[in-house]
Amino acid sequence: MTRKYQSIIDKIAPVAALVFFVLLWAAVCGFGNVPSYMLPSPAEVIKAFISDFPVMMSHSAVTLFEAAAGLLTGILLAFLTATLMDRFGFLYKAVYPLLVISQTIPTIAIAPILVLWMGFGMAPKIALVVLTTFFPITVSLLDGYRSVDPDAVSLLRSMGAGRVRIFRYIKLPSSLSHFFAGLKVSASYSVVGAVIAEWLGGFEGLGVYMTRVRKAYSFDKMFAVIILIIIISLLLMCLVSLIRKAAMPWERKGVKNK
Amino acid sequence: MNIWDNNVLTAESISKSFDGTVIIKDIDIYLKENEIVSLVGQSGAGKTTLFNVLSGLYMPDSGFVKLNGQDITGKPGKVSYMLQKDLLLPYMTIADNTALPLIIKGEKKKTAREKAVSLFSKFGLEGCEKKYPSQLSGGMRQRAALLRTYLASDGIALLDEPFSALDTLTKTSMHKWYLSVMEQIQLSTIFITHDIDEAILLSDRIYIMSGKPGTITGEIVIETPKPRPVNFNLTEEFLNYKRRLVEML
Repeated sequence: MTRKYQSIIDKIAPVAALVFFVLLWAAVCGFGNVPSYMLPSPAEVIKAFISDFPVMMSHSAVTLFEAAAGLLTGILLAFLTATLMDRFGFLYKAVYPLLVISQTIPTIAIAPILVLWMGFGMAPKIALVVLTTFFPITVSLLDGYRSVDPDAVSLLRSMGAGRVRIFRYIKLPSSLSHFFAGLKVSASYSVVGAVIAEWLGGFEGLGVYMTRVRKAYSFDKMFAVIILIIIISLLLMCLVSLIRKAAMPWERKGVKNK
Repeated sequence: MNIWDNNVLTAESISKSFDGTVIIKDIDIYLKENEIVSLVGQSGAGKTTLFNVLSGLYMPDSGFVKLNGQDITGKPGKVSYMLQKDLLLPYMTIADNTALPLIIKGEKKKTAREKAVSLFSKFGLEGCEKKYPSQLSGGMRQRAALLRTYLASDGIALLDEPFSALDTLTKTSMHKWYLSVMEQIQLSTIFITHDIDEAILLSDRIYIMSGKPGTITGEIVIETPKPRPVNFNLTEEFLNYKRRLVEML
């Protein structure tokens, strides 16, 4: 099999799978065994998506703001935590288990408590996003810092560089690819985190809207929101990839020869 | 120490052990201005450990290192050190990579880069300024690493197997290039090598290191003046040196 042929197959396969899935969905609805208020057909969902688009947009602006504010805070906190943990060995040993434990707490369980503490405004939503995005970035940064080539550190030391310069010229840039891998995960978590927090109360946002249409049994609109959340998450992940490409030009230009 | 003594680097009775194992013991070594000295010996003789001490990265258990009469034992940043790998940082352009030691010494990024780039033609690196290390061939990467080492130095450099990663043909052309560059710049050098031919070809003097713990077991001065003839490695003189060296190993 030629390589070109292989690459065409690689590109077509996921699209074909998606098309097949949507057709299957349409077929199930078309046979009439499932009532349309339980499972709306793809056509109905698309219709709802188009008619509700302006409303969903105004809600998604709120959700996106919460997600972005939470994600940015999460990034800052992660940088601070990871850097301090890397710098002080005892901190690493003390805090790492706590970090892992904090991740086993289900988001759904902690969200109502946050609402109780912080009210129905944006604060609990942002806090939840911070909690969910903070961990992947911290862990990937820590891995990045720790995977640094000790010889590169020796080289800088032999040039007379201290800790700060070693961090600036070796640790930070070498950890960038780890950081972006964590950020990609966190970016998709951020939207879901905000939506979950909105379920539990609030005035605006995709999660609030979702609860509203669910209570009205408008499942077509419900599915439309889900699709919008998927699209937003995917766009965010694309954005992370674009930033990564801009921030790491050497990966693009790199012609790999040893 | 005598007044007429022109040693730029002197190390006396250096010993270093790790976890109770003595790696190198009572090593005396010196380097004169603009001299190229090589250090040959089996792997495990502690050559790299000695370099780590000379560069100030390790504190020796005993002994001292002096640079122009000044004690620099355990003080990095004085003697330039090129580690076994070229260690060009993949995320910096060649210009930035080579300018890095100047930036670390406190120079502004722009002036540091200008200084580095002004030496690019001398080191055969023209046109590589904006390239990344992954875009360069092995030989070119080594040149860039040497330029960085030169810029990091105050006249003294330690090179740990600078040419060992290159294939034979590249190596031969790098030797010629290296000697021609060394004539243009002021750099007193000690380099580690496993390659006896390379040692004789490039050095003014050769130290032989062996044993466990590693000690200096011999020293040969290569009297042949520089620049050496093109086919120096095929001459009777060269073979005599080689014979002596092999016997000492």
